[in-house]
Amino acid sequence: MIKYLGLRFLGMIPTLLVISFLTFFIIELPEGDYISNQISMLKATGETASIAKLDFLRREFALDRPFLERYAIWVGLWPGPHGFDGLLQGNWGWSFEFDRPVEEVVGPTLLLTVLINTAAILFVYLVSFPIGIYSATRQYSWGDYGFTLLGYIGLATPNFLLGLVLMYVANVWFDLSIGGLMDPKYIGEPWSIDKALSVLAHMIVPTIVIGTAGTAAMIRRLRANLLDELHKQYVVTARAKGMRESALLVKYPLRMALNPFIADIGNLIPTLVSGSIIVSVVLNLPTVGPILLSALQSQDQFLSAFILLFVSILTLIGMLVSDVLLAFLDPRIRLGGRERK
Amino acid sequence: MAPLAVENLSVDFEMSDGHVRAVDRVSFTVPPNKCVALVGESGSGKTVISQAIMGLLPPKAQIASGSILLHDRQNPGQMTDLAGLSPSGRSMRRIRGNRVAIIFQEPMTSLSPLHTIGDQISEAAILHRNVGRREAKEFTLQMLKMVHFPDPARGFNAYPFELSGGLRQRAMIAMALICRPSILIADEPTTALDVTIQAQILKLIKEMQQEFKMSLLMITHDFGVVANMADEVVVVYHGRVMEKGSARQLFNDPQHPYLQALLKAVPTFGMEKTQRLETLRPIKPHGEGLSQLYTRNADQLDGPILKLEGVSKSFISRKQGLFGSGYEPVKALDDVSLEVRQGECLGIVGESGSGKTTVAKAILRAFQPDSGTVSFNSGIGLRDIASYDSKDMLAYRSSVQMIFQDPFSSLNPRMTVSDILQEPLVIHGIGSKWERSRFASDLMELVGLDPRYLRRYPHSFSGGQRQRIGIARALALNPELILCDEPTSALDVSVQAQILNLLQDLKRDLGLTYVFISHNLAVVDYIADRIAVMCKGRLVELGPTEQVIEHPIHPYTKALLRAVPEPNLDHPLDFSSPDMKGTSNPFLWPEPYRIPEGSAPKLVQIAPDHFVCAPGLVP
Repeated sequence: MIKYLGLRFLGMIPTLLVISFLTFFIIELPEGDYISNQISMLKATGETASIAKLDFLRREFALDRPFLERYAIWVGLWPGPHGFDGLLQGNWGWSFEFDRPVEEVVGPTLLLTVLINTAAILFVYLVSFPIGIYSATRQYSWGDYGFTLLGYIGLATPNFLLGLVLMYVANVWFDLSIGGLMDPKYIGEPWSIDKALSVLAHMIVPTIVIGTAGTAAMIRRLRANLLDELHKQYVVTARAKGMRESALLVKYPLRMALNPFIADIGNLIPTLVSGSIIVSVVLNLPTVGPILLSALQSQDQFLSAFILLFVSILTLIGMLVSDVLLAFLDPRIRLGGRERK
Repeated sequence: MAPLAVENLSVDFEMSDGHVRAVDRVSFTVPPNKCVALVGESGSGKTVISQAIMGLLPPKAQIASGSILLHDRQNPGQMTDLAGLSPSGRSMRRIRGNRVAIIFQEPMTSLSPLHTIGDQISEAAILHRNVGRREAKEFTLQMLKMVHFPDPARGFNAYPFELSGGLRQRAMIAMALICRPSILIADEPTTALDVTIQAQILKLIKEMQQEFKMSLLMITHDFGVVANMADEVVVVYHGRVMEKGSARQLFNDPQHPYLQALLKAVPTFGMEKTQRLETLRPIKPHGEGLSQLYTRNADQLDGPILKLEGVSKSFISRKQGLFGSGYEPVKALDDVSLEVRQGECLGIVGESGSGKTTVAKAILRAFQPDSGTVSFNSGIGLRDIASYDSKDMLAYRSSVQMIFQDPFSSLNPRMTVSDILQEPLVIHGIGSKWERSRFASDLMELVGLDPRYLRRYPHSFSGGQRQRIGIARALALNPELILCDEPTSALDVSVQAQILNLLQDLKRDLGLTYVFISHNLAVVDYIADRIAVMCKGRLVELGPTEQVIEHPIHPYTKALLRAVPEPNLDHPLDFSSPDMKGTSNPFLWPEPYRIPEGSAPKLVQIAPDHFVCAPGLVP
């Protein structure tokens, strides 16, 4: 098992390299870069004084080098104007738009992004699991229809709309301060229990909003998987042994229906992150989503490339978690190749 | 007093258009220590009866009337009416798996793939015998030993997918018997198994029945099994008992026309080639419209249509778990040479793992053989199919078609029959849209199905009808050669007879050549002109059908023939004969048939056209 984990980790390295290359390639696909855009804009307005400074910046960030070299410098595999100074060395690059290091721009938002997305995934699983089981075991009951309807509404409602409604409800009915990730009075304050509680209270609406669409899809999937399993012969075998229905359900079909459920952990992350951009804007959440949006618009390449890479890493970690869990839960995967006796 | 008495049992299924009576006033008893066989085709209601006894009826089914009286030794003074108990209630659960146990047909799917054998068997003991985990494990190991698990301790921790079908069924039997039930229901326990394994499992069930003094209710459609196991027989048809009585009485003097017909539908050894099997519902193929669409070159070929020369193939099987070392090549085919003559039916017989399906795959070029060649004669002489370019290959694919074993999984459930039949034509770009749909309905008529069913999906057809759709699909491209991979092993006897007759008719009318792969010797005997017997990737005997069946030479062929349960009370299986295990190991065959390790099998001609693998006789 340890060997498997080790190999699985090693396997992530080439994957990451390929992903970083693709990300960089895609970011650089549109013509020009942030600075050359600025230069042409300045030229158009006739301001030539700052152009010299921008030219200096171009050289400073090696934007005048060929593509592969730029990539290698960015990753830190090739000496740039200041020697080896790339991702591998811990330098995340420079954001032209904010005129600050990427680290400072996204730093505070990364943790919150991870936090909110983890909370959203947990929400998805906690809500869809019992509902999925209920719907499958009581197929075509009123409850099943009700949850199905709710699920479709969840799927069909635009997230940001739901966000606005929930914000209104939370504010008017539950008297929660809304928007942002904490009460404005705590911003800049040192961490305290009250501040943490405020953060938690503010997490509720975004978690629900970001999680709903995923939940609806997950309920449908679990229901379908479980329905398939419920009619399998081995369930009848267990019943023929005289097992109680509830014990039987948990031990056999549910175990089987879990597989696709777990395999989805990795897939959920990118959907959640990219799906939450508008929600983050609407709810004024300090996640990487809105920053990514503006970075892409202004061709702030290092910033956007870094964020994309970050999301990919999250996805890879999600995949790793699901693979390990699968190998743990399913002997067919664990012992897959063992010779038949 | 009989331990189990079913009286006037009726079971209704709730359908969208009212009730359907699946079991209609059925009465029979299972006497102590006797075996009662419940015989009928699929859909006859025999399984529903067993479900009613076990309280395992599907939610849509309901016991409408009647009683199922359990009066066993565990509760001597008391009679329990199982029909009156709530199926998921406590009292029913305490009987189920404890006093009445069941073995199912499919050992592959009846066990949970995610739990060890030991876990699943000991669970029954924990549920009913009031023991802890450790004691339950003791019982389980004992039980595994009783059902002759080769290594009980290792078997305990094995997962079902690590075991062969026979071992899985042994595990199922151990699970059913661990609480020493008074009544065992065996629902087609050997249908999914090889003949030699079937003989072993039947022997085991008989042993266990005597050991535990059980009453046995055997549900089957195989009269060979009935003849060997049953003391009494109950024949059901459309949910009603047609005839019941002692086995001898029913075999010697069947009264009811249904039973008479059923007995005649079974192919037995030594039937005349021209003698047709009697089917309950004969189908009439109509081939008139087809001649226009088929442009068959009726020329006689010189020599065989297909030839395999020295074909060998090894597969690597991984021995240990993840990234474990130790690769062991398994010889799936070892130096197999065969020829298929135009217009004949060559039967390939062997148990699972014998390489018979691998031969079919080699013919289809599903893999590249390690050595040897497969050559096909498309009218311009034999050519190695490995040398075909993609255009030749496309033509080859349409001349060689396949009929699969499982009619349930070989048809895409999301395509209509019309789409299924037209798909090969679309792939090969044959005909216009209109012509294709015309052709599809011609194909339906050819296999005796109503063209109006074209718009239906496969699930609305019975197994036999689906297999006919599979045959129609194979015929769509006007093939020369059809590989039939166990086409009837998933079907009832009467339906099997129907399909075999259909295949015979099509072969005659369309001038087809068959390679018929099966483990059922009686079926192969009926349909094949020549038989090739395979074992562990080696061809062991090859010859004209009568020769091989009447005068088998090779010990393996003999063992295979001995293991076939005949529907004849006077030819019972010889359960006392030494276990069949040794006979399928080529290294242990007696001289001159022994194949020394590492050497290739050599065929010797011992009569005209009759070859046997006997390296010891090679000069």
